[in-house]
Amino acid sequence: MMNTAQPNTIILEASGLSKRFGGLLANDGISLSLGSTSGKVTSVIGPNGAGKSTFFKMLAGFCAPSAGRVRLFGEDITGLAPHKISARGLVRTFQETTIFPELSALEHVALARQLSRRASDLQVFGGTAAARRDEERMRADALEILRFLDLDGVADSIAKTLPHGYLRLLGIAMGMAASPKVLLLDEPYAGLNPDETDRAVELTRKIAASGVSILLVEHDMKAVMKISDHIHVLYFGKKIAEGTPEQIRNNEQVIEAYLGKEDEDLGL
Amino acid sequence: MKQEQRRDLSAILLVLTVLLVLPLLITQSHYLISVLMNCAGVAVIASGVWLTFCIGRINICQAGFALIGGYVSAILIAKAGLSFWLALPLSCLAAALCGAIIGSAILKLKGIYFSMLTICLTEAIRLAFLNGGALTQGAKGITGLPQAFSGDSPLPLYYLGIALLALALGVVWRVHYSRLGGIFRAMRLNEDLAESFGVNVWRYRIMAFAIACGLGGLGGSYFTLFTQSVYPQSFTVEHSIYYMLFCFLGGLEYVSGAMIGAFSLTILFELLQDFQQYQSLIYGVLMIIVMLTLPNGLMALRALSWSLPLRKGAVK
Repeated sequence: MMNTAQPNTIILEASGLSKRFGGLLANDGISLSLGSTSGKVTSVIGPNGAGKSTFFKMLAGFCAPSAGRVRLFGEDITGLAPHKISARGLVRTFQETTIFPELSALEHVALARQLSRRASDLQVFGGTAAARRDEERMRADALEILRFLDLDGVADSIAKTLPHGYLRLLGIAMGMAASPKVLLLDEPYAGLNPDETDRAVELTRKIAASGVSILLVEHDMKAVMKISDHIHVLYFGKKIAEGTPEQIRNNEQVIEAYLGKEDEDLGL
Repeated sequence: MKQEQRRDLSAILLVLTVLLVLPLLITQSHYLISVLMNCAGVAVIASGVWLTFCIGRINICQAGFALIGGYVSAILIAKAGLSFWLALPLSCLAAALCGAIIGSAILKLKGIYFSMLTICLTEAIRLAFLNGGALTQGAKGITGLPQAFSGDSPLPLYYLGIALLALALGVVWRVHYSRLGGIFRAMRLNEDLAESFGVNVWRYRIMAFAIACGLGGLGGSYFTLFTQSVYPQSFTVEHSIYYMLFCFLGGLEYVSGAMIGAFSLTILFELLQDFQQYQSLIYGVLMIIVMLTLPNGLMALRALSWSLPLRKGAVK
């Protein structure tokens, strides 16, 4: 989980990312940099349809940009397959709909620990000693991750019996299992009650404090303002502002385009 | 071992034991033996279809790969003069290789699109063999292959079928209940999620499909051995659909599902021989009933919720 990059390397940098779906320009030349200090929390906000999801997908390799580059620790990762991007330390989490109902929390995280597997597929198939050692190590790692996220209490609970808030955290734990250097969180607080949100925000902080840079897309303004070191605002596919929560709160363009139109039901 | 896994293993062991012992009890009936050989063969082929269900693909081209296995065996034995002991594994490998090559092109598709394409593929493979010239001998097929085992007794061939079935189930079992099965399950649930934690989805899709096609080839080769012939009509779209239905009937959550489905339906139709011409009709109605009332297949029936008292962790 430690960031081993050079002190002056930009952790993650998107430059001029565009995505065109037929006649629709979902992302129009969006640039974003996480700077060179690890362990910061950066948020991408914007009303529904602003292009946040598309932007996230392009960063993690799930859809190819029409133009622009993505660099991770100075290396160009544009157009790489998602699993290769994950292996380089940029990991995306999903919402809780992607949980195996019959597996325990521990099994989820152990399964997501795939990248640390050393035994070959053939060894796994044959159930050799190396594969069994791997299996034990992956479970031990998984337990450690759950402990770190204060989820070890539900390690043996079957996913379908867990409350919604836990499932969301389990999704984050699965992301952590890939040993990310940069973690992309996809609406981590959506659908959580205030208590659960507080808990999840606390957890996000803890992950960031361990040296993982966090980039999140979120609708919950209160949580975003509370947790972010830096905020980028998208509006109809364009980036209209970036800055600290304080700056965003006072940015006229943002207020006009987004916050100020709260009553007009722009998805707030 | 979990409850389901124990039940699964119990079903496999029970069926295999019965199959091993049965010929000793019923020594007279060549007919019964040939029915069971047929069951074992289709179960091997259907277990491949079951494996493609694991990665979330409904595979309706398995008959095509069985046909590849059958023809490769027949050609190797009749034209190259190989012994069937060599032809059997080689045709399995040939089918797996074809599966890997074709799979790398078509496995990008999902859901109904994949299924539609695989139906066409069964037909395309059949037509390829029909028009294969002197090598495949067109509609006449390749006939008059030498007997695999000398002598009148069908038992050696019968036990070969049981051994192949055990092998197929063993392979699928190891894949399903090892880490690979976990990866396949993750891919079935959400390929993006699997990819986000570092799974090379493309590679595992092809791996699963190649194993599945290999099993199809193995079963097809076995049929060629015991019918001593292969025709383009030996395996058609209809068969492909049956293999898929066997899996639905047996249950997609249990490795034994394909085998249970294959044996129950095949034996059922031997008993209902007078209605042979209505087979497709009865299959269709039966499947609608199964899907409506038993979405998880026979193996999930409460009435079957028994298992042998297997020691915990005895088989992993």
